[in-house]
Amino acid sequence: MPSDASWRPALDRSVMLRYDRVRDADLLLMPERAVRLSGTGGRILRLCDGSRTVADIVTELGRSYPDAPLADEVPAFLDRIRAEGWLR
Amino acid sequence: MIPAPWALLAEVTHACPLHCPYCSNPLELVRKSAELTAADWARVLAEAAELGVVQAHVSGGEPLLRPDLADIVRSAHRAGIYTQLVTSGVGLTPDRLGELLDVGLNSVQLSLQDARRPGSNLIAGRASYGDKERAAAVIRDAGLPFGLNVVLHRHNLDNLPDIIEVGARWGADRIELANTQFYGWALLNRAALLPTRDQLDRAKATVAEWRAAHGTKPELVWVMPDYYEGVPKPCMGGWGARSITVGPDGTALPCPAAYAVPDLAAPNVRDRSLAWIWEESPAFNAYRGTDWMTGPCRECPRREIDFGGCRCQAHALTGDAARTDPACALSPDHDLVRAATTAVDEDGRTAGADSFVYRRPGGPRISSNGSSRTP
Repeated sequence: MPSDASWRPALDRSVMLRYDRVRDADLLLMPERAVRLSGTGGRILRLCDGSRTVADIVTELGRSYPDAPLADEVPAFLDRIRAEGWLR
Repeated sequence: MIPAPWALLAEVTHACPLHCPYCSNPLELVRKSAELTAADWARVLAEAAELGVVQAHVSGGEPLLRPDLADIVRSAHRAGIYTQLVTSGVGLTPDRLGELLDVGLNSVQLSLQDARRPGSNLIAGRASYGDKERAAAVIRDAGLPFGLNVVLHRHNLDNLPDIIEVGARWGADRIELANTQFYGWALLNRAALLPTRDQLDRAKATVAEWRAAHGTKPELVWVMPDYYEGVPKPCMGGWGARSITVGPDGTALPCPAAYAVPDLAAPNVRDRSLAWIWEESPAFNAYRGTDWMTGPCRECPRREIDFGGCRCQAHALTGDAARTDPACALSPDHDLVRAATTAVDEDGRTAGADSFVYRRPGGPRISSNGSSRTP
């Protein structure tokens, strides 16, 4: 399912996002599983608070990464995470 | 540098309302009077988080039998640890779960012994099916991630389609189909629990059919029956590689079955920091990595995949924890496993396998005529 304009992504209730100081990485924690995120992955998911649309998230990230192809890559990343069941 | 541990299995009590004959607790159960306090657990959980632990499985026995369970869960949550309650469901009322949710509980794993009441109660050694059914509704109504764990053996493998159906109907997100691992209590009951190959083949087909039809709703997790696979399981992801088990009295081990490995000099969290236990203790270093390996493991291309299998099983069957796991077809001791599986006839009967030795405090008790007592 491609991301739609009205979608305001939020982490699924089963998922905890936290920074792990020992491994210097953001982790997604869920029952029986821990997923280590890339630096940008963690940064994107921290903006998924259920209030921002995907376009809002792209705009907000654009302030930090003005030259990155965010309009393509961020929706694709969010769709992948949603397909795993970690975003709703 | 030893990689940080990911998970802590916190066995907060060995007390349990159930008496399952494959219990993963040691044969010698820890008495209530020797249990760590909630303050001890707070320190252990804080040290665990400091060390890199991000997941805690709060287990037992039955953790709900501890009146101070919420204090323990709160300590895990405050340390930033994702916390799962592992329960029989007996005593899991809406109020009790609400209390645990308030202090940060993240998920619940409920055990089920069989699809239907008589079979489930027979294995549990007491009427408990109704409690489980009610507990499932409590978990589902709270909207918590809900895993169902079913230990599989000769007496329930043929009911697998019903077991999966019950799990789906009860609202489980995940059903762990855990073929019995034969150490401790389960090894005592091996003749009564070991399935036939036909049963396992049918069960695998059932799992494949369910996944094809339903995908991951619920997700089925198949824990392999190592006696029949010819390859050993990568137990705990390697000795001292990912996980720490702390028992009710503070004994710390790389896995819950390791109580039975002698000469390990198991460290205790009352005496030592968890960091020392993980990094320095002889017990956690005894079978870490591959240097300790003997026999076919030493040259095996799979040695970094399965780590030589299970040390506790190697010890239980051969008397030497450093030997290749006899479940491996390459093990010189593989005939020990083959002898057990070939002793199960086509009707699933094994000589002397008419009754269970139920798990109970005081260790296994066999009556004088050789049959086990039920509780």
